[in-house]
Amino acid sequence: MDNIDRQIINQLQDGFPVCPAPYQHAAQQLGISEAELLARLQALLADGTLSRFGPLYHAERVGGALTLAAVKVPLERYDEVTDIINAFPEVAHNYQRNHVLNMWFVLATETPAQLQQALADIEQQTGLPVYNMPKINEYFVGLRLEA
Amino acid sequence: MDATDLALMRATQAGLPLVPEPYQALAEQLGISAEQVMARLVAMQAAGSIRRIGAVPNHYKLGYRYNGMTVWNVPDVHVDALGAQIGQLPFVSHCYHRPRHLPEWPYNLFAMVHGKSLAEVDGQIAQISAVLGEFNLGGEVLYSTRILKKTGFRSG
Repeated sequence: MDNIDRQIINQLQDGFPVCPAPYQHAAQQLGISEAELLARLQALLADGTLSRFGPLYHAERVGGALTLAAVKVPLERYDEVTDIINAFPEVAHNYQRNHVLNMWFVLATETPAQLQQALADIEQQTGLPVYNMPKINEYFVGLRLEA
Repeated sequence: MDATDLALMRATQAGLPLVPEPYQALAEQLGISAEQVMARLVAMQAAGSIRRIGAVPNHYKLGYRYNGMTVWNVPDVHVDALGAQIGQLPFVSHCYHRPRHLPEWPYNLFAMVHGKSLAEVDGQIAQISAVLGEFNLGGEVLYSTRILKKTGFRSG
Protein backbone atom coordinates (compact mmCIF):
# COMPACT_ATOMS: atom_id res chain seq x y z
CA MET A 1 0.00 0.00 0.00
CA ASP A 2 1.55 3.31 -1.10
CA ASN A 3 0.47 6.92 -0.66
CA ILE A 4 -1.94 6.81 -3.60
CA ASP A 5 -3.65 3.73 -2.13
CA ARG A 6 -3.92 5.55 1.19
CA GLN A 7 -5.49 8.56 -0.50
CA ILE A 8 -7.96 6.30 -2.31
CA ILE A 9 -8.97 4.66 0.96
CA ASN A 10 -9.18 7.92 2.88
CA GLN A 11 -11.07 9.88 0.21
CA LEU A 12 -13.44 7.26 -1.16
CA GLN A 13 -15.08 5.91 2.02
CA ASP A 14 -18.20 7.85 1.16
CA GLY A 15 -19.51 10.28 -1.40
CA PHE A 16 -18.62 8.21 -4.46
CA PRO A 17 -20.25 10.13 -7.32
CA VAL A 18 -23.42 9.06 -9.05
CA CYS A 19 -22.76 10.23 -12.61
CA PRO A 20 -22.11 8.46 -15.94
CA ALA A 21 -18.33 8.08 -15.42
CA PRO A 22 -17.85 8.15 -11.62
CA TYR A 23 -14.41 6.51 -11.55
CA GLN A 24 -13.08 9.12 -13.96
CA HIS A 25 -14.54 11.86 -11.75
CA ALA A 26 -13.01 10.35 -8.59
CA ALA A 27 -9.69 9.74 -10.36
CA GLN A 28 -9.45 13.41 -11.35
CA GLN A 29 -9.84 14.44 -7.71
CA LEU A 30 -7.01 12.04 -6.82
CA GLY A 31 -4.81 13.21 -9.67
CA ILE A 32 -4.58 9.81 -11.33
CA SER A 33 -6.12 8.26 -14.44
CA GLU A 34 -9.40 6.37 -14.47
CA ALA A 35 -7.56 3.20 -15.54
CA GLU A 36 -5.15 3.49 -12.62
CA LEU A 37 -7.97 4.00 -10.10
CA LEU A 38 -9.82 0.95 -11.43
CA ALA A 39 -6.64 -1.16 -11.32
CA ARG A 40 -5.81 -0.03 -7.78
CA LEU A 41 -9.35 -0.69 -6.52
CA GLN A 42 -9.19 -4.14 -8.08
CA ALA A 43 -5.89 -4.83 -6.30
CA LEU A 44 -7.10 -3.46 -2.93
CA LEU A 45 -10.15 -5.71 -3.15
CA ALA A 46 -8.10 -8.72 -4.24
CA ASP A 47 -5.65 -8.47 -1.33
CA GLY A 48 -8.46 -7.82 1.17
CA THR A 49 -7.49 -4.25 2.10
CA LEU A 50 -11.01 -3.32 1.02
CA SER A 51 -13.76 -5.77 1.89
CA ARG A 52 -16.02 -4.19 -0.74
CA PHE A 53 -16.59 -1.11 -2.86
CA GLY A 54 -20.12 0.11 -3.43
CA PRO A 55 -23.35 1.09 -1.71
CA LEU A 56 -23.73 0.21 1.96
CA TYR A 57 -27.40 -0.52 2.65
CA HIS A 58 -29.37 0.16 5.84
CA ALA A 59 -30.86 -3.30 6.41
CA GLU A 60 -34.06 -2.32 8.21
CA ARG A 61 -34.85 0.57 5.84
CA VAL A 62 -34.75 -1.81 2.88
CA GLY A 63 -37.23 -4.16 4.57
CA GLY A 64 -34.60 -6.60 5.76
CA ALA A 65 -33.81 -7.85 9.21
CA LEU A 66 -30.51 -7.97 11.04
CA THR A 67 -29.48 -9.20 14.44
CA LEU A 68 -26.47 -9.96 16.58
CA ALA A 69 -26.57 -13.31 18.35
CA ALA A 70 -24.27 -15.21 20.67
CA VAL A 71 -23.84 -18.83 21.70
CA LYS A 72 -22.02 -20.42 24.60
CA VAL A 73 -20.21 -23.21 22.76
CA PRO A 74 -18.54 -26.05 24.71
CA LEU A 75 -14.87 -26.00 23.64
CA GLU A 76 -14.92 -29.65 22.58
CA ARG A 77 -17.75 -28.84 20.15
CA TYR A 78 -16.33 -25.55 18.87
CA ASP A 79 -15.34 -26.68 15.35
CA GLU A 80 -18.51 -28.71 14.83
CA VAL A 81 -20.76 -25.81 15.92
CA THR A 82 -18.75 -23.37 13.78
CA ASP A 83 -19.43 -25.54 10.73
CA ILE A 84 -23.16 -25.77 11.50
CA ILE A 85 -23.59 -22.02 12.01
CA ASN A 86 -21.34 -20.93 9.12
CA ALA A 87 -23.33 -23.17 6.75
CA PHE A 88 -26.33 -20.83 7.12
CA PRO A 89 -26.27 -18.32 4.25
CA GLU A 90 -28.06 -15.90 6.60
CA VAL A 91 -24.90 -15.72 8.75
CA ALA A 92 -22.96 -12.74 7.37
CA HIS A 93 -20.11 -12.65 9.90
CA ASN A 94 -19.10 -14.92 12.74
CA TYR A 95 -16.39 -14.23 15.33
CA GLN A 96 -14.83 -16.15 18.16
CA ARG A 97 -14.63 -13.87 21.22
CA ASN A 98 -12.91 -14.11 24.59
CA HIS A 99 -15.98 -14.62 26.78
CA VAL A 100 -18.19 -17.44 28.11
CA LEU A 101 -20.46 -16.41 25.23
CA ASN A 102 -17.68 -17.37 22.85
CA MET A 103 -19.31 -17.27 19.42
CA TRP A 104 -20.91 -14.08 18.06
CA PHE A 105 -22.55 -13.83 14.66
CA VAL A 106 -24.56 -11.38 12.60
CA LEU A 107 -27.63 -12.73 10.84
CA ALA A 108 -29.06 -10.83 7.89
CA THR A 109 -32.21 -11.77 6.00
CA GLU A 110 -34.57 -10.11 3.56
CA THR A 111 -37.53 -10.44 5.94
CA PRO A 112 -38.02 -10.57 9.75
CA ALA A 113 -39.77 -13.97 9.46
CA GLN A 114 -36.69 -15.50 7.80
CA LEU A 115 -34.57 -14.20 10.67
CA GLN A 116 -36.72 -15.91 13.30
CA GLN A 117 -36.67 -19.12 11.29
CA ALA A 118 -32.88 -19.07 11.00
CA LEU A 119 -32.50 -18.51 14.76
CA ALA A 120 -34.83 -21.43 15.49
CA ASP A 121 -33.01 -23.66 13.01
CA ILE A 122 -29.62 -22.82 14.54
CA GLU A 123 -30.90 -23.71 18.03
CA GLN A 124 -32.37 -26.94 16.74
CA GLN A 125 -29.28 -28.01 14.74
CA THR A 126 -26.74 -27.10 17.43
CA GLY A 127 -28.84 -28.02 20.46
CA LEU A 128 -27.57 -24.82 22.07
CA PRO A 129 -29.55 -21.76 23.18
CA VAL A 130 -29.00 -18.68 21.03
CA TYR A 131 -28.81 -15.33 22.82
CA ASN A 132 -30.56 -13.02 20.38
CA MET A 133 -29.59 -9.37 20.76
CA PRO A 134 -31.39 -7.35 18.08
CA LYS A 135 -30.78 -3.63 18.31
CA ILE A 136 -33.37 -1.70 20.28
CA ASN A 137 -31.93 1.66 19.30
CA GLU A 138 -29.07 2.78 17.06
CA TYR A 139 -26.98 5.75 18.20
CA PHE A 140 -24.22 5.73 15.61
CA VAL A 141 -23.02 3.69 12.66
CA GLY A 142 -20.07 4.96 10.70
CA LEU A 143 -16.44 5.82 11.28
CA ARG A 144 -13.85 6.68 8.70
CA LEU A 145 -10.69 4.66 9.18
CA GLU A 146 -7.48 6.49 8.33
CA ALA A 147 -5.17 4.40 6.19
CA MET B 1 -38.42 0.22 -2.04
CA ASP B 2 -40.08 -1.40 -5.03
CA ALA B 3 -39.08 -4.50 -6.98
CA THR B 4 -36.59 -2.54 -9.11
CA ASP B 5 -34.90 -1.03 -6.02
CA LEU B 6 -34.66 -4.53 -4.58
CA ALA B 7 -33.14 -5.85 -7.81
CA LEU B 8 -30.66 -2.96 -7.79
CA MET B 9 -29.75 -3.73 -4.18
CA ARG B 10 -29.17 -7.39 -4.99
CA ALA B 11 -27.08 -6.47 -8.03
CA THR B 12 -24.84 -4.18 -5.94
CA GLN B 13 -24.71 -6.22 -2.72
CA ALA B 14 -21.25 -7.52 -3.62
CA GLY B 15 -20.14 -4.11 -4.87
CA LEU B 16 -20.23 -1.75 -7.84
CA PRO B 17 -18.90 -3.04 -11.17
CA LEU B 18 -15.27 -1.93 -11.67
CA VAL B 19 -15.80 -0.64 -15.18
CA PRO B 20 -15.72 2.95 -16.49
CA GLU B 21 -19.53 3.19 -16.62
CA PRO B 22 -20.74 1.07 -13.68
CA TYR B 23 -24.28 2.45 -13.62
CA GLN B 24 -24.67 1.70 -17.33
CA ALA B 25 -23.46 -1.85 -16.65
CA LEU B 26 -26.05 -2.25 -13.88
CA ALA B 27 -28.73 -0.78 -16.15
CA GLU B 28 -28.03 -3.38 -18.81
CA GLN B 29 -28.18 -6.14 -16.20
CA LEU B 30 -31.54 -4.89 -14.86
CA GLY B 31 -33.12 -3.90 -18.17
CA ILE B 32 -33.58 -0.23 -17.25
CA SER B 33 -31.73 2.95 -18.26
CA ALA B 34 -28.56 4.24 -16.59
CA GLU B 35 -30.50 7.42 -15.73
CA GLN B 36 -33.01 5.32 -13.80
CA VAL B 37 -30.23 3.46 -11.96
CA MET B 38 -28.63 6.77 -10.94
CA ALA B 39 -31.95 8.35 -9.94
CA ARG B 40 -32.79 5.36 -7.75
CA LEU B 41 -29.37 5.36 -6.06
CA VAL B 42 -29.71 9.07 -5.30
CA ALA B 43 -33.26 8.55 -3.96
CA MET B 44 -32.19 5.61 -1.78
CA GLN B 45 -29.36 7.70 -0.32
CA ALA B 46 -31.79 10.55 0.40
CA ALA B 47 -34.19 8.11 2.10
CA GLY B 48 -31.40 6.58 4.18
CA SER B 49 -31.82 3.14 2.58
CA ILE B 50 -28.23 3.53 1.39
CA ARG B 51 -25.98 4.80 4.18
CA ARG B 52 -23.11 5.68 1.85
CA ILE B 53 -21.42 4.68 -1.40
CA GLY B 54 -17.71 3.99 -1.33
CA ALA B 55 -14.86 1.90 -0.05
CA VAL B 56 -15.28 -0.39 2.97
CA PRO B 57 -11.80 -1.04 4.38
CA ASN B 58 -10.81 -4.13 6.34
CA HIS B 59 -9.83 -2.86 9.80
CA TYR B 60 -7.11 -5.44 10.28
CA LYS B 61 -5.43 -4.66 6.96
CA LEU B 62 -5.16 -0.97 7.89
CA GLY B 63 -3.38 -1.90 11.12
CA TYR B 64 -6.41 -1.68 13.42
CA ARG B 65 -5.61 -4.96 15.15
CA TYR B 66 -7.54 -4.25 18.33
CA ASN B 67 -11.23 -4.23 17.59
CA GLY B 68 -13.09 -4.39 20.85
CA MET B 69 -16.78 -4.86 21.44
CA THR B 70 -17.26 -2.86 24.63
CA VAL B 71 -20.47 -3.70 26.49
CA TRP B 72 -21.92 -1.79 29.42
CA ASN B 73 -24.68 -2.10 31.95
CA VAL B 74 -26.37 1.27 32.31
CA PRO B 75 -29.80 2.12 33.73
CA ASP B 76 -32.43 1.78 30.99
CA VAL B 77 -33.79 5.26 31.72
CA HIS B 78 -30.42 6.77 30.80
CA VAL B 79 -29.40 4.48 27.94
CA ASP B 80 -30.58 6.77 25.11
CA ALA B 81 -28.83 9.86 26.45
CA LEU B 82 -25.63 7.94 27.19
CA GLY B 83 -25.72 6.07 23.88
CA ALA B 84 -25.98 9.36 21.97
CA GLN B 85 -22.89 10.67 23.80
CA ILE B 86 -20.86 7.48 23.34
CA GLY B 87 -21.81 7.30 19.65
CA GLN B 88 -20.22 10.72 19.12
CA LEU B 89 -16.79 9.65 20.39
CA PRO B 90 -14.49 9.70 17.33
CA PHE B 91 -13.22 6.12 17.75
CA VAL B 92 -16.64 4.44 18.10
CA SER B 93 -17.80 2.80 14.85
CA HIS B 94 -21.12 1.35 16.02
CA CYS B 95 -23.18 2.10 19.11
CA TYR B 96 -26.44 0.33 19.95
CA HIS B 97 -28.93 -0.36 22.72
CA ARG B 98 -29.46 -4.14 22.83
CA PRO B 99 -31.46 -6.38 25.19
CA ARG B 100 -29.98 -7.90 28.34
CA HIS B 101 -30.18 -11.67 28.98
CA LEU B 102 -30.20 -11.88 32.76
CA PRO B 103 -28.56 -13.21 34.78
CA GLU B 104 -25.62 -14.10 32.45
CA TRP B 105 -25.67 -11.01 30.27
CA PRO B 106 -26.44 -7.76 32.12
CA TYR B 107 -25.18 -5.43 29.36
CA ASN B 108 -27.52 -3.19 27.38
CA LEU B 109 -25.17 -0.68 25.69
CA PHE B 110 -22.73 -1.82 22.98
CA ALA B 111 -19.94 0.30 21.46
CA MET B 112 -17.35 -1.03 18.99
CA VAL B 113 -13.91 0.59 19.31
CA HIS B 114 -10.86 0.28 17.05
CA GLY B 115 -7.19 0.90 17.74
CA LYS B 116 -3.73 0.05 16.48
CA SER B 117 -2.42 -0.89 19.93
CA LEU B 118 -3.85 -2.28 23.14
CA ALA B 119 -2.82 0.93 24.92
CA GLU B 120 -4.82 2.99 22.44
CA VAL B 121 -7.93 0.86 23.00
CA ASP B 122 -7.44 0.97 26.78
CA GLY B 123 -7.48 4.76 26.53
CA GLN B 124 -10.70 4.64 24.48
CA ILE B 125 -12.35 2.37 27.04
CA ALA B 126 -11.33 4.75 29.84
CA GLN B 127 -12.95 7.62 27.92
CA ILE B 128 -16.22 5.70 27.53
CA SER B 129 -16.15 4.84 31.21
CA ALA B 130 -15.61 8.51 32.07
CA VAL B 131 -18.62 9.56 29.96
CA LEU B 132 -20.82 6.94 31.64
CA GLY B 133 -19.63 8.09 35.08
CA GLU B 134 -21.95 7.08 37.91
CA PHE B 135 -24.26 5.27 35.48
CA ASN B 136 -21.58 2.70 34.66
CA LEU B 137 -22.88 -0.35 36.56
CA GLY B 138 -20.28 -2.64 34.97
CA GLY B 139 -18.68 -3.32 31.64
CA GLU B 140 -16.53 -5.77 29.70
CA VAL B 141 -14.54 -5.74 26.47
CA LEU B 142 -14.81 -8.68 24.12
CA TYR B 143 -12.06 -8.95 21.53
CA SER B 144 -12.43 -11.13 18.50
CA THR B 145 -9.86 -13.90 18.72
CA ARG B 146 -10.71 -15.47 15.36
CA ILE B 147 -12.77 -14.58 12.31
CA LEU B 148 -14.91 -17.66 11.71
CA LYS B 149 -16.84 -16.26 8.74
CA LYS B 150 -16.92 -12.97 6.87
CA THR B 151 -18.94 -12.60 3.70
CA GLY B 152 -19.08 -9.71 1.28
CA PHE B 153 -22.42 -8.74 2.75
CA ARG B 154 -22.10 -5.41 4.49
CA SER B 155 -24.98 -3.63 6.03
CA GLY B 156 -25.90 -2.15 9.34
